[in-house]
Amino acid sequence: MNLSISPDVVPILREGIFLGMVIVTVFGALLATLAKRMTRAVLGLIVCFLGIAGIYYFLNSPFVALMQILIYVGAVAITICFAIMLAEPDEMKMAAKTPGLAGPFAVLLGGAVTWVLASTAMHAQWMTPAVKINEGSVQQVGASLLTMYSMVFELVSIVLLLAILGSLVVARAGRDKAEC
Amino acid sequence: MDLGINVVEMVIYLVGIIAFAAGNAAYLVWVERKGAAHIQRRTGPKEVGPFGLLQPLADGAKLMSKQIIFPDGVDKPLFMLAPLLAMVPAIMIFVTIPFSETLVARDINIGLLMIFAFASVNILALLIGGWASRNKYAVISAARAVSQNVAYEIPMLVITITIVLITGSMNLREIVASQAGPFWHWNILPTNGNFLGPITFIMFFICSLAETNRAPFDLGEAESELIAGFHTEYSSMGFGLFFMGEYANIVIGAALTTILFLGGWYSPFPETIPYLGTAGAWWFLVKMYLLIWTVVLIRWTYPRVTLWSLLNLSWKILIPFSLLNLLASAGLVKFLG
Repeated sequence: MNLSISPDVVPILREGIFLGMVIVTVFGALLATLAKRMTRAVLGLIVCFLGIAGIYYFLNSPFVALMQILIYVGAVAITICFAIMLAEPDEMKMAAKTPGLAGPFAVLLGGAVTWVLASTAMHAQWMTPAVKINEGSVQQVGASLLTMYSMVFELVSIVLLLAILGSLVVARAGRDKAEC
Repeated sequence: MDLGINVVEMVIYLVGIIAFAAGNAAYLVWVERKGAAHIQRRTGPKEVGPFGLLQPLADGAKLMSKQIIFPDGVDKPLFMLAPLLAMVPAIMIFVTIPFSETLVARDINIGLLMIFAFASVNILALLIGGWASRNKYAVISAARAVSQNVAYEIPMLVITITIVLITGSMNLREIVASQAGPFWHWNILPTNGNFLGPITFIMFFICSLAETNRAPFDLGEAESELIAGFHTEYSSMGFGLFFMGEYANIVIGAALTTILFLGGWYSPFPETIPYLGTAGAWWFLVKMYLLIWTVVLIRWTYPRVTLWSLLNLSWKILIPFSLLNLLASAGLVKFLG
């Protein structure tokens, strides 16, 4: 039995999936900013990352979507979680009271950012969506890393090397010989 | 418009994958208990059904009929979410594992990347579960599990890159296809053209033991020090899901090792031999279950390592050697391949 999806349902499905992803992303972002406990805020951030990964997947870029999960959820979010656990054992502590001007200022700043992004989006010349932007074959990724993006690649490796050396120095400082 | 999705097929795969993951989890517990018992000169479960074969069902019924207890001070939503996070990524990963040439739910081009992306979500379950429990043992265990998983993810990914370099693909089906033929074509053996194969395999196997939190690397739930680690406060199916997630991860680790090193569904014998020579999902399962049995044997024969030696093994031995291995393999591919 071959039960395929009928053609008139497809646009509705497509819109529905996209809207679902957007709702997940916005919900995650709201949770991240409004949550009183830090761990829940990180969880919101993770939900937001997953929503964005879903949008990438929806836009025919599974490679970017999986990288988003691997790097942002698998590494960045876990590092943030770890930092919270090490720094703030008492997570019941409420956020410090903010000065009175912070609210209006934040609204202003947020509005400005939204306005700039929205006006760019409205006036930009959008390319017709590709059927397959990046199928993520090893050859493709390798070639673009070593030709078009070689500068970025090298810079990133320098930053990472410095980060590793820095963390080694920091970790070494509070340690005596007997422990090693 | 045909979306390339056959709804009936999708439902069958979905049900099949969930049943496979859950059934394996249930029966691997039985295998582990029996194995442990025989290693310790006991009989193990024997009351429920012949050879205790119905024990997993009885355990399941018991777990499901119990009450979920929320201790004082737990972060309830996070506490409920953690067991789900332990199980769902594991099921997601099964979607891309090719059990045979045709038996794969979604044959995507970057299957290997997908496995690692969702496997990294699994750490989050331990972290959130341990943290939300508000129990000091659970928190210590979560911190341990995360430092362990982060440390071993690096050599594991480097080793995987080595395999990708040799096979030239991240598609799991193509990785297996590149090892087509009898056993001397497999990546594990030096006869495959890359004489570093056995070293790569051993490093990968150690990393997969550590990534699935199995003994001798089960520091996250070291029962003699931390009660039960991150799932100390969980009762009923909350605990059950953590347990099932652990076994599903073992199955994934073994399946991945089979795909990367042991030639997936190909028969170890030349194709001219009748019956034994035919490739198929059964060969995949035979190899996978042999690996799982090895994992069980290792758990009950080796003592647990300390946290320091665990981290030293990763940072001072596995990471440098996996990087060297990557360089050497790249050289071999460049000059010999």
